[in-house]
Amino acid sequence: MTKLLEVKDLQTHFFTRDGVAKAVDGVSFSLNRGEILGLVGESGSGKSVTGFSILGLVDEPGRVAGGQIIFDGDDLVAKGEPLLRNLRGKRIAMIFQDPMMTLNPVLRIDTQMVETVRAHENVSKAEALRRSRDALVQVGISSPDERLQSYPHQFSGGMRQRVAIAIALLHKPDLIIADEPTTALDVTIQAQILAEVQSLCAKSGTALIWITHDLAVVSGLADRLAVMYAGRIIEEGPTAQIIANPSHPYTRGLIDSVPQGKRHGALLTQIKGMTPSLLKLPKGCKFAPRCPRADAACQAEPALDLIGPDRSVRCFHPHAEADGKAAL
Amino acid sequence: MTQDTILQIDGVSKRFTKDLDIAEKAARKLGAKIAPMTVHAVDNVSLDIKRGEVLGLVGESGCGKSTLGRMVAGLASPSNGHIHFNGQDVAGLKGAAARDAALKIQMVFQDPMSSLNPRIRIRDIVGEAPRVHGIAPRGQVDEYVESILQQVGLDPSTAKRYPHQFSGGQRARIGIARALAVKPDFLVCDESVAALDVSIQAQVLNLFVKLRQDNDLTYLFVSHDLGVVEHISDRIAVMYLGRLVELGTAEDLIARPNHPYTQALISEIPTFETGKRSYHAIKGEIPSPLNPPKGCHFHPRCPHAHDRCRIEVPALKQVAAGRMSACHLNDGA
Repeated sequence: MTKLLEVKDLQTHFFTRDGVAKAVDGVSFSLNRGEILGLVGESGSGKSVTGFSILGLVDEPGRVAGGQIIFDGDDLVAKGEPLLRNLRGKRIAMIFQDPMMTLNPVLRIDTQMVETVRAHENVSKAEALRRSRDALVQVGISSPDERLQSYPHQFSGGMRQRVAIAIALLHKPDLIIADEPTTALDVTIQAQILAEVQSLCAKSGTALIWITHDLAVVSGLADRLAVMYAGRIIEEGPTAQIIANPSHPYTRGLIDSVPQGKRHGALLTQIKGMTPSLLKLPKGCKFAPRCPRADAACQAEPALDLIGPDRSVRCFHPHAEADGKAAL
Repeated sequence: MTQDTILQIDGVSKRFTKDLDIAEKAARKLGAKIAPMTVHAVDNVSLDIKRGEVLGLVGESGCGKSTLGRMVAGLASPSNGHIHFNGQDVAGLKGAAARDAALKIQMVFQDPMSSLNPRIRIRDIVGEAPRVHGIAPRGQVDEYVESILQQVGLDPSTAKRYPHQFSGGQRARIGIARALAVKPDFLVCDESVAALDVSIQAQVLNLFVKLRQDNDLTYLFVSHDLGVVEHISDRIAVMYLGRLVELGTAEDLIARPNHPYTQALISEIPTFETGKRSYHAIKGEIPSPLNPPKGCHFHPRCPHAHDRCRIEVPALKQVAAGRMSACHLNDGA
């Protein structure tokens, strides 16, 4: 089976007055149909810019400076805007963090949804409305007829995000890119959204890239994880393997940093220092200055090496499987 | 009141009322049934906080946890009820006594960027209050500020900088330094780590643990993140729509939640699990506090709701040693 999406050596750079910020620097990954990939990283790691690059949504002064994004056989970087315009919303949909920013506040929900349907398909208004209604039902919105005639401000945060997801589902896309869609929501609402996304992807065979800073959220959702740091993927593999045996010291540090209850009141294991500025990245391994395992070898840049059949890590001194689970 | 209670919250309520505008007043005169809109942000909450403990206050948006924190810190006054600090009613204090009590309770805010004045240097942000209140002797304020900065893990040589020259984690530390500068006994931390990245959040949480040991502090730790609260707190109080629904020691409450809302909250904390998990959501949304459901506020979403829950407000009762819960189910067989 061919891959749905293949990203090869993607370079997205921002050409600022102070220099070139390489927000995404040589990212490669691939996605099968129906697969859920968790793209994890802290602020400034390049995870969102990777998502935006796929849809060609990177704003000036940034641009995709190199690499390929092959979606179902077409290179999105080479073919550019005309092809992207046909794909956006139709075959690749995006869900953003803040639904208040993505929904137009002065248009009713039905107007926005009908417009989305008719942008890609020549159907009657009534048919478009019927589909919009179905999509709202699908994401668990009760009394959809009433809701279609409401404005975005009449919805709660969780409902708005559901509407955004419903809009993303309108054309039954092959790929959904979700950028921190539950970060602004309460835990109970987050669980509802996660439950719905999970069942929708399973039912419709839609592939999903879930971008988040919260490893715990994706650990129960994603098939595979890619962890990013300073514009690079530093570890990739099946979710269960990475959570059980994080190989890169950064991944291990991230997992240890999350309060998990078992070490109540004790000090958390912390990663020292902070994320480096993209304009002043260290030489060699970008994580070396914060890494407990760094030595002279880390002055050179490590490659993303395979360490298992389906598992790769960018580190000279990865934790071995025998090191077991992250320290508790 | 026992000897070691530092703060006593006694039947505190906070109501926010939106007055009628002219048109509504006119309509009311003509017989329309329009009442001023009132939000019961905090509804008759009583809590004791012991000296030296960390009390975690959790709840979702709109449950009143921040309003309660602000009342404790003296930034809002209760509509009803009293807050006693060291045995004295804070509202009844006058002059120097009121000022001293206010200094002893400090607050650390959520967003360090909006709570630090962007045009003032760190030296003055941290140093202003100790100078005005004579906590640091004149002429030694700079040394004092440097010692405080060191305590929160900031390089003292950065004291001349402005807030925008710091990263998010460093700004959080500045907010903490400012609160510590007046030598408080009690810190109200309102979502103080919510805006930080995971690795930075761990650093700041560790700082809170360390400062508590070094300075004999008591914390009221307000957060929506049960994982964080569980980690740092001795006891946890859970709020829902303005009311306290459960209170207990951190370990016990997480291990054996009594109230259905607490049970639901805990089951939905994302945790590291190997293998896929299916999410089971609590149905429904948080009701509007303008028009809360009658009886138990949680009944429209509760899987165990019965007739009594729709009519009668459950009281917060002791269900085990050191454990309070407000649920009618505890009265059942």
